[in-house]
Amino acid sequence: MKKYHMTLAEKILAKKLNRSFVEARELVEVPVDLTLANDITGPLAIKTFESTKIGKVFNPEKIALVMDHFTPNKDIKSAEQVRICREFAKKYGISHYYEGGNCGIEHALLPELGLVGPGDIVIGADSHTCTYGALGAFATGVGSTDLAAAWITGKIWFKVPESIKFVYYGKFNPWVTGKDLILYTIGDIGVDGALYKAIEFTGEVIKKLSMAERFTMANMAIEAGGKVGLIEADKKTLTYIKNRFKRTPLVLKADKKAKYVEIREYDISKIEPVVALPHLPSNVKAVKDLSEKIFIDQVVIGSCTNGRIEDLAIAAKILKNRKVNTNVRCIIIPATPNIYYQALKKGYIRVFIEAGAIVSPPTCGPCLGGHMGILAKGEKAVATTNRNFVGRMGHPESEVYLASSAVAAASAVLGYIATPEELGVKW
Amino acid sequence: MDKIKGKAWKFGDNIDTDVIIPARYLNTTDPEELAKHCMEDADPEFSKKVNEGDIIVAGKNFGCGSSREHAPISIKVCGIACVIAESFARIFYRNAFNTGLLILECPEATKETETGDELEIYPEEGKIINLTKNKTYITKPLPAFMKEILDDGGLIPHIMKKFKLQ
Repeated sequence: MKKYHMTLAEKILAKKLNRSFVEARELVEVPVDLTLANDITGPLAIKTFESTKIGKVFNPEKIALVMDHFTPNKDIKSAEQVRICREFAKKYGISHYYEGGNCGIEHALLPELGLVGPGDIVIGADSHTCTYGALGAFATGVGSTDLAAAWITGKIWFKVPESIKFVYYGKFNPWVTGKDLILYTIGDIGVDGALYKAIEFTGEVIKKLSMAERFTMANMAIEAGGKVGLIEADKKTLTYIKNRFKRTPLVLKADKKAKYVEIREYDISKIEPVVALPHLPSNVKAVKDLSEKIFIDQVVIGSCTNGRIEDLAIAAKILKNRKVNTNVRCIIIPATPNIYYQALKKGYIRVFIEAGAIVSPPTCGPCLGGHMGILAKGEKAVATTNRNFVGRMGHPESEVYLASSAVAAASAVLGYIATPEELGVKW
Repeated sequence: MDKIKGKAWKFGDNIDTDVIIPARYLNTTDPEELAKHCMEDADPEFSKKVNEGDIIVAGKNFGCGSSREHAPISIKVCGIACVIAESFARIFYRNAFNTGLLILECPEATKETETGDELEIYPEEGKIINLTKNKTYITKPLPAFMKEILDDGGLIPHIMKKFKLQ
C-alpha cells in the first residue's frame, strides 16, 4: 500500500474522515467537535439558524456561547444581543453558556474548561478560534452563517489547506516571549503570508515554550492570514489537559516527509523584544531600533492573546514597587475568572493596584474598541492584543502598538515604548 | 446572475474588517444600520456617496481580520453589487458567499481600475469590462462547489436542500 506523507493538518482531517489520507486543496466535509460564538457573532448565527425553522441543534453539548466582547454589557443594544444568546441557550438546552461570573475571554476560557483538546475540529464565529491550534486542534474562525449551518448539520466543509512550516531554534534573548516570536514571524511573512494555509509551529524552541506562549503564537496565525496555527501535542499539552479535557485526546504528529509549500527557519537568538507599529501586525520593529521615544497614553495587558496568568506574572514582576507613569492609564485584564482568582492569590492584583494600574473584569473590551479603555483622537497605546488596524481601539486617528506583556508593563512605567531592560528589571 | 453595471470605488491592500465596519457599531445586527457605517474609517462619507450597483475594487487580502459577517452584510446592503480584489482573506471569502455578496479575484483589473471608472460585470462568464478604460478582464472561474452554493441562493438554502433530502 502506498504510504502517504501528511502534514499535521492533513492528518487530523484524514483521521476525522476515517480515511487513510487527504490531500491539500481537496474539499472535505468534516464533523465538528465544538462550535462557538460570542455576543457579537452569536445573534447573527441565531437569526440565521431560526430562519430555517429546523427547531433543533445537532448537539447542544457541542455548542459554546461566550458573552465576552461587549460585556459586562456596555449599552442597551449590547444587553439585547446578550439576551438573544441567553434565550437561545435556554431554548435549546445549551449548557456551555457563559455570562457574568463564569465568563472569560472565549479563547482563554474554553481550553481552561477543557472543552477543546488535541485532534479536535473546532469552528468558532471569531477569527481567533485558531488559538486552540496550540493544543493540536484543527480550529478556525468562520462567519455566523457557517456556524448556523454547522448547528444544523454538525459538519463544516473545508478546502484541505496547504501547509507552511516554521522552525524555531536557538537561545532566547532577555525578555523575548512567544509574542515576540509570532510578531517577528508575521513581520517576516506579512499579513497575508500564510493566506488560506495551515501553519505548523515547530522546533526545539516551541517544545520549550509554556502552554500560555503556545496559545499566544497560535492565536495570531490569523494575523498572517492562516487557516489554522498548529503545534503538535506533547507532554506539556497532555499535562495541561489533564483533569480538564474529558474526551480521549487524539495525539497526532506530522510525517517527516510531509509536503510543505514553504519551510522557514528562525534563529531566535537574533530576535529582540519587538513592537508592531500602526496599522498592521506585520509592521514589526525591535524596540531598541525605534528611532525616537514613542510616548504613550495607555497600556492594555490582556486579551485572548496575552491575558493568561503567565502574562500577569511578568507584568507583576515589572510593576512591583514601581509606579505607572502619570501620563499613562494602565489597564490590566485577567482573561478569565480563574486567572483573576489566581492573580489575587499570588498577590499580583495588589501589585497592580499599588502601582496605580486599573484592574478590569475579564472582557475583550478595549482590544476591539468596544469599551473599557477607548482611545481619543491622536492617543497612542501599547497593547498585548492582536490587531493594530486603523481605529481598532477607538478613534480612527488613534494608534495601537502591539507588544508582549513585558514590553507593555515596562512602557507603562516609563511612559514611552521600552523594554524591561531599560527599566533595569532583571530577566 | 444578471449583468452588473456601476461605478468603481478603489481601495488599497489589506482592507480589514475594522475598516469595513468598525466594532463600535457591532452592538446591532440590523443590516440597514450596519450599511450606514460601511467603510467609515477609510472614507466617512462612503455610504452616502455609493449608488446601488457600484463596485468596490481593492488590492490584496481584502477583508482580513475578524470573522464578523457584519462586514459583507454592510457592503451588500449599502448598495455595492460586487467586490473585485487581488485576493481575499479566507473568512471574508466564505462569508461573502454565504451572505450572497458577489466577489471576484482579478489582480489585473484591480491594478488598472481607478475610482470613478464605469465597470460592467458578467458574473456567469467571469468577465469584467472597464468601459472608461476600454479594457476587458477574465477572472478565475469559481470552484464548482462554490458555484453550487451560489446557485442554491447561499449556504443555508444549500444546506436545507441537502438536509431535506436525507
